[in-house]
Amino acid sequence: MGVTDRIRQAPVLWAFLVFMVSYSYARAATLPVDSVDVLYHRYDGGGMVIDGPVVLARKSVGPQVSVTGQYYVDAVSAASVDVLATASAYTEERTEYTVGVDYLYDRSIMSLGFTNSSENDFDANTVYFTVSQEFFGGMSTVTLGYAEGWDEVGRIGNDNFSEDADRRNFQFGVSQVLTRNTLVGLDLEVVTDEGYLQNPYRQNRYLDPDDATSFLYQPERYPETRTSTSVAARAIYHLPFRASIRGEYRYFSDTWGIKAHTVELGYVHALNERWTLEGSVRYYSQGEADFYSDLFPYENSQTHLARDKEMSSLSGTTLGTGAVYEWKQTSLPGIKRLQFSLLLDWLNFDYDNFRDVTASGSYLPGEEPLYSFDALVTRASVILEY
Amino acid sequence: MRKLTMIMPLLLAMVLSATAGCSSVKPWVKPYERDRLADPIMSLSRHGKADSYMHHVYQARESARGAEGGSGGGCGCN
Repeated sequence: MGVTDRIRQAPVLWAFLVFMVSYSYARAATLPVDSVDVLYHRYDGGGMVIDGPVVLARKSVGPQVSVTGQYYVDAVSAASVDVLATASAYTEERTEYTVGVDYLYDRSIMSLGFTNSSENDFDANTVYFTVSQEFFGGMSTVTLGYAEGWDEVGRIGNDNFSEDADRRNFQFGVSQVLTRNTLVGLDLEVVTDEGYLQNPYRQNRYLDPDDATSFLYQPERYPETRTSTSVAARAIYHLPFRASIRGEYRYFSDTWGIKAHTVELGYVHALNERWTLEGSVRYYSQGEADFYSDLFPYENSQTHLARDKEMSSLSGTTLGTGAVYEWKQTSLPGIKRLQFSLLLDWLNFDYDNFRDVTASGSYLPGEEPLYSFDALVTRASVILEY
Repeated sequence: MRKLTMIMPLLLAMVLSATAGCSSVKPWVKPYERDRLADPIMSLSRHGKADSYMHHVYQARESARGAEGGSGGGCGCN
């Protein structure tokens, strides 16, 4: 009861903080420029192919208001190791709509928005509010955000199955100009979830009590609450020539016992006024959840049971590359700036405690090869400012 | 952790309100010295939706979430 009350009071406190900051500092930025952002994305790896478009349009309405609308599609063809272990390959589509408004008031920007995401067995609604403000002569920017989400989880083949999950996000970010070449940032985000937090299709396995050479499946059973905290530090530096180098580190922990580290380094090199090339490397590692096991010793051996590979200890590496063509002050009528980008990322994930039960060959339970996979992510985008 | 969600807003309110009185703090990087900071190659999210899409890719495959920095940033170059 007390804990629940504290969680409910938190948004009020954040609103108080937003008011205090808005009241204390009366200097800030300008509204984002009118633009259209079109992205084609494709993820191909681990038996999954997911692709589709994203279209974002932004238009100002007078000097103080800017409105946005976004349409996003994920067309999914799924035959991952989780699916093949206990079910059959399938296809589905997720569609997401977002509408938002930014309001410039006394030189601070407040943003309010709503997102709906729907697929045939999952519906999610999110409301978000952020306030962003510059101070100290524009050298510092503080951003505060709050989001609340309501998910409805269904299950194909069982019309009576319907569960709810609620989410709350609390975001705090600061960016700071250090020198004429250096920008640093710090972000903190706390997320709380409550409700049905597991995947209704995934199952975990336990040793068959009647046959030590085989195993049986049972439903997943997760806790009904989760709170996570992420802290990230970033820095970007302009080299003596027209190029930049950036570094990021993020630490994550949650109440399910998972701790994770993310490190990323990136480099952008301008070939000339319009063309830039870029490269990045990212490394991620996490420990497993307290209630995770690849193979439980017997049925219902503990209160909470999970074999979701995303909760295993794992590590991942990403190598990214890209080319960007930017045309400022175009001679095209009504278009102020154009940017074309092609970005390719190769991802590799190695699991330390998730074994591939679909591996060919004859293995005793718990002796199958550890699972790993790689994927290629392609992003092609056009940003048009008008 | 839940205590954090209670304490942090109050702490931040106190710190930020206290520093509001520091009007004597002057920007040490003048607006005319920010040409390099205003260059798009110095943006932490220059690819727009293409950047937030990658957050989505990682969140679906990793347990970690949040503090991706999509809502922060700004160099005072506007």
